[in-house]
Amino acid sequence: MQTVSDICVFASVQPLDWSAAALDVAVKVLCSLGAIMLVMCFAGLSVVAERKVCAYIQGRYGPNRTAIPVVAAVPLIGNFLKKNGLMQLVADGLKFLLKEDPLPAHVGKFWYLAAPLMSLSPVLIAACVIPFGAYWSDGQLCPLSAADIDVSLVFALAVSALGVYGAIMAGWSSNSKFPYMGAMRASAQVISYELTMGLSVLPVVMWVAHSSESPLSLFEIAKAQGGLWFCIVQPLSALLFLVAMFAETNRLPFDMAESETDLVSGYHTEYGSFKFGLFFVGEYGHMVLGSSLFIVLFLGGWNPFPGVVWPESWGWAGALLSLLTFIVKIAAMLFLFIWVRWTLPRFRYDQVMRLGWKVLLPLALANFAAYLVFMSF
Amino acid sequence: MEKEFTYPEPASLEADRLGEKMILNIGPSHPATHGVLRMKLELDGDLITRADPIVGQLHRGQEKMAENLTYNQFIPFTDRLDYLAPLCNNIAFVQCVEKIAGIGVTERCKAVRVICCELSRIASHLVGIAAYGMDAGSWTVFMYCFTQREKLCTLFEQLTGARMTTSYARVGGLARDIPEGWLGNVNSFANQFLPALDEIDALITRNKIFIDRTAGIGVVSPEQAMQWGLTGANLRGSGVASDLRKDVPYLGYENYEFDVPIGVNGDCYDRWLVRIEEMRQSIRIVRQAIEKMPDGPVNVADPRISLPKKEKVLRDMEDLINNFVLVTQGPDIPAGDAYFEAENPKGALGFYIVSKGGGVPYRVKIRAPSFVSLSAMQEILPGHHMSDMAVILGSFDFVLGECDR
Repeated sequence: MQTVSDICVFASVQPLDWSAAALDVAVKVLCSLGAIMLVMCFAGLSVVAERKVCAYIQGRYGPNRTAIPVVAAVPLIGNFLKKNGLMQLVADGLKFLLKEDPLPAHVGKFWYLAAPLMSLSPVLIAACVIPFGAYWSDGQLCPLSAADIDVSLVFALAVSALGVYGAIMAGWSSNSKFPYMGAMRASAQVISYELTMGLSVLPVVMWVAHSSESPLSLFEIAKAQGGLWFCIVQPLSALLFLVAMFAETNRLPFDMAESETDLVSGYHTEYGSFKFGLFFVGEYGHMVLGSSLFIVLFLGGWNPFPGVVWPESWGWAGALLSLLTFIVKIAAMLFLFIWVRWTLPRFRYDQVMRLGWKVLLPLALANFAAYLVFMSF
Repeated sequence: MEKEFTYPEPASLEADRLGEKMILNIGPSHPATHGVLRMKLELDGDLITRADPIVGQLHRGQEKMAENLTYNQFIPFTDRLDYLAPLCNNIAFVQCVEKIAGIGVTERCKAVRVICCELSRIASHLVGIAAYGMDAGSWTVFMYCFTQREKLCTLFEQLTGARMTTSYARVGGLARDIPEGWLGNVNSFANQFLPALDEIDALITRNKIFIDRTAGIGVVSPEQAMQWGLTGANLRGSGVASDLRKDVPYLGYENYEFDVPIGVNGDCYDRWLVRIEEMRQSIRIVRQAIEKMPDGPVNVADPRISLPKKEKVLRDMEDLINNFVLVTQGPDIPAGDAYFEAENPKGALGFYIVSKGGGVPYRVKIRAPSFVSLSAMQEILPGHHMSDMAVILGSFDFVLGECDR
């Protein structure tokens, strides 16, 4: 694998061969776009899935009327898309784009406008280090990711946590009480659950450190799950990470930041049209990212079943299958997110904090300590 | 020299001048307020230190309007009191008029009115717990409840021609007899409703998060509940076994077998449990009423009260005149006054009517249970978290149409 720095060294030695370097950069850009597209597609599709699954849970039909005139006329596909609400996705997106985009007079303009970007961009940046699959190249397993860095786990956790700045900036700059309270809750909650999240990952990293030189790499962690998956080896870590992930993504039962019954819609109350759309996509993108992290860390990454890996000899077919496996797993995780949201009631804010600090954090510490003791014998 | 008048600054009304406390206006358009209620909260951090419910946005002057309408003309206005249980309001109003006039309605009319009241109670409680569940963050409960309420609305439509604005009762009887096969539809609704209610119950009642949200929140002691004048499920949730259907039976409720569920702790969770159980008891009453539904007319045979049959009106001069007089001048109610309270889903809905004879009331006073429940909020809300407000408001299950009248 070549990195950008390699290219630079390469270019300085042989300054004439720019075309190879340009090609490499182009490939990297395309890879990044691919990763971003994957996350964005899932974010969009999960909006439709959310509406369809919740309708199914509640005994309704969900969106099944919206039709794009020409596409709906296509014999089989048109009806399929219409009935499954997939054209609703286009309609929703267009609505966000075409609506009037008012800028309230009482807001801090710079931060108000920057907040939606701040909410979405960390998700897309972090998506670039997720290994969505693997392929064999020169007898070596390589990740299907836009960037393969040694500390991708730390990078992904750190960057995705930046998303909360979007909530804080939105809440503060809106100069309004409900967004402000939503932002305060979001920041306190994310900081509390970040600790649990980090601590619950440590045993996994230590486990991988036995066999790999770079245990903080998501690729290495996923590769180490060719045998048993970490959700089987370390169920408590997996559970803690899952709960912390729900809290990080502000999903019910932890959606304190936008609990609509008391805070109207939390930190994005003052936002409308496309700016709201960015928050919306950011939230679902966060879910996709969280699911991907959980899959890489605990659900065996691109490996289909515990103890089963896609064989080396299958070549590019194996690579495609690994990507497909990952996609299926993301879909399953998103279903879990939706299922929980439409089943459980919402915690109260102080109960969330109590759960985070008094239950999950001690459990995570105990889990970590127990693992340390277990390792030393 | 005259002292110059200055308006007080808004902030000077507050005891706390440090700016540590925040005034937060919830409503009149806010998801937690279930209508056009405005709550003015004073918050210390996340804790409520003062709460002022500001009501009246939906005031339509119904009591005054009643003074210019005949008794039967006022019935559509009672639909708009507690618009989630219009049948109960219709019946409570005409019961009060009948009390002044000393009219005893027929047995069949009583039985139909009982079915209407109990179905209405179920419909109202369904919306109550649906909104309550939604306040606690559970949307699925909301949809499950509304699926059932939809079926009830269909039944009401078959009976009265309208889903919500039913205007079904008349002084001395009912607008019309029940349609053919309607009792069978009610029965099949009852049969499928109990399993559905069990499902709603299983989904949320034993949920740890829901119990954490509601148990020990918004506690009202029995003494407080009686002092504040709470009635209905809110009073029974505090452990006072008071139900007008048992205490002062009307419509022949003494002939039906049913239990009055009461709470123990008087918190939000108990009010939830009481409402769920009351729906089961209502189904019990409905089944008994269907079983012994008497035959006969639904209107009293008094030409000063009841309209003549339509066929007769089209044929006979006397009946045409009678119909004209009754419609234009209203049923002839003797002078006198009466207070009647009915056990409505939201609590005891009382009508005090003064009649000076003739077809138009001299004065109508409505005692709205929602108004009483809301007035208790000043005492209940302080000391709770801001997020608890939604749950407490939901647990008291009020309707602003009735509160503001």
